[in-house]
Amino acid sequence: MALDFAKGITEFRWHGRGGQGVVTSNQMLGKAALKEGNYIQAFPEFGPERTGAPVRAFLRISKDPIQIYAQVYAPDVVICIDPTLLDVVNPTEGLKADGTLVINTTMTPEEVRDKYDFRGGKVVTVDASTIAMEVLGRPFYNMPTMAAAVEATKVVKIETVIEAVLERYPGKVGELNKVAIEKAVKEAKIG
Amino acid sequence: MTSVEKIPKDQMVVEGLTGDAAIALALKQCDIDVLAAYPITPQTIIVEDFQKFVANGEVKTKVIPVESEHSAMSACVGASAVGARVATATASAGLALMWEILYCAASMRMPIVLTVANRALSAPINIHNDWSDTYGARDSGFIQLYCQSSQEAYDTTIMAFKIAENKDILLPIMVCIDGFILSHNVERVEMLPDQAIKKFLGVRQPFQNLDPDNPITMGPLALTDYYFEFKEQQDEAIKRVPDVFKQVEAEFERMTGRSYGMLETYKTEDAEIILLTHSTPAGTAKVVVDVLRERDEKVGVLRLKMFRPFPSKEVAEAIKHAKAVAVFEKCRSFGSTCNPLALEVMASLYDLKEKPMVTDFVIGLGGRDVPPTTIVEGYEKTKEYLKQGKAPLYETLGVRK
Repeated sequence: MALDFAKGITEFRWHGRGGQGVVTSNQMLGKAALKEGNYIQAFPEFGPERTGAPVRAFLRISKDPIQIYAQVYAPDVVICIDPTLLDVVNPTEGLKADGTLVINTTMTPEEVRDKYDFRGGKVVTVDASTIAMEVLGRPFYNMPTMAAAVEATKVVKIETVIEAVLERYPGKVGELNKVAIEKAVKEAKIG
Repeated sequence: MTSVEKIPKDQMVVEGLTGDAAIALALKQCDIDVLAAYPITPQTIIVEDFQKFVANGEVKTKVIPVESEHSAMSACVGASAVGARVATATASAGLALMWEILYCAASMRMPIVLTVANRALSAPINIHNDWSDTYGARDSGFIQLYCQSSQEAYDTTIMAFKIAENKDILLPIMVCIDGFILSHNVERVEMLPDQAIKKFLGVRQPFQNLDPDNPITMGPLALTDYYFEFKEQQDEAIKRVPDVFKQVEAEFERMTGRSYGMLETYKTEDAEIILLTHSTPAGTAKVVVDVLRERDEKVGVLRLKMFRPFPSKEVAEAIKHAKAVAVFEKCRSFGSTCNPLALEVMASLYDLKEKPMVTDFVIGLGGRDVPPTTIVEGYEKTKEYLKQGKAPLYETLGVRK
């Protein structure tokens, strides 16, 4: 019998590559949840930073204090911000049957479902790479991918995420990320 | 004793902070005079953040960027001898390099606050968490407090100065957090206003200090004539820590509503098996207990906060009714009968006529993740050993054999 050690907690796992901002966007989403009165844990997979290597990060959000200190093994939400990782890691590993899979890709949700034979929950796709290049002019696709995850899960309000991002990046960078986030919310495909 | 008042909620600031960042902010608010440190993962953020406060003119602290941890602790001893409020931070090999001076700091009765992000010792090189570093320093004469959360790390750092600087104590103190697992984990932290901390701590009033106008010598030489008496006084001082700790925490609780105790008991009253550990695995153990209780398992947790001095009487009192105590610890004391935490627990129980069985599980060396299932495994094994009536002196969990 599988025991549930994360009652009342929404658990996230992120996939990306070192340098793409997985840790930062994980913290941004965490801080947005904090602003809405939640308890959080936001932590990277521990290791020295290695640019380009696959990295993971974890987030827990709960109405109550969180006491579990371990990696996330059965996430409610998996977010993959780098399309080149889709054949390197299995983003559905451990994902709850009713969980949400969020992928930065040009594929449709249906194509992603077929690729991983994931039939439950929700699949969300967004072409965050194109959004990032169009809006930011640089491949910072962490924020738009996060925006798609927020749109699909409603775990926090998108306005709160934008508030957290603007606090962290006051000025032009923050404003451009806001545009990218809003565009991603509109373009996210949920299926 | 200062009189503190309850701080209204609207004066608290809620921030998302890693364990390291929480400690850095606490050090800033404690208005330390001197910080001497050498960077080492995973405590680096503490000193990095603190240097930013200095660069921004937010603190008046003199930061001494030294060339090694041996020098860091030496500079701390010197500054503390002058009467300054002093802190430093380290981990793993850094703590090992401080070794010689740790004993000087304790024996010279310098109330230095040393924050440690617990990390494994080489070789092989490993930057991740276990408790081999500070457990190794358990006989150095430092007080040792272990924290579970970023909030507790923040609170404990503040209280540490008040405990260490108390004239009945005058001992250095380690505030320990699990490297990466907590040091790099963003959590909700409620921060106190600067003014409240200022009032709580006051300015350090040294019992005796170096002063060019009234020269004295500290810690020079004592041979067969007086060395032993120095050690006797040091021993008396560390025995007074529990009383002072309780006073300081009571005052902190009046101010914040939060307290932790030298140890925390969780659902232990009717527990047949008590899981005993500290730092982050203790949080996980409490979650495991909640889940096992739903299956009618009579299990509880004793989370230790104070490892030095070891609160033997209180620990024995809290666990003596159980059938077994399962100790989980992130250290192997090579060649020892069992490991540092279990040794203390067993010694604490020795005088009881009827005592619980003690099992000792070595977990998480070098940062190996400790998921709830590892704690469950230790619990199930302990149940089985109770049935058999005997248990191994210690064993490892979560390792390939």
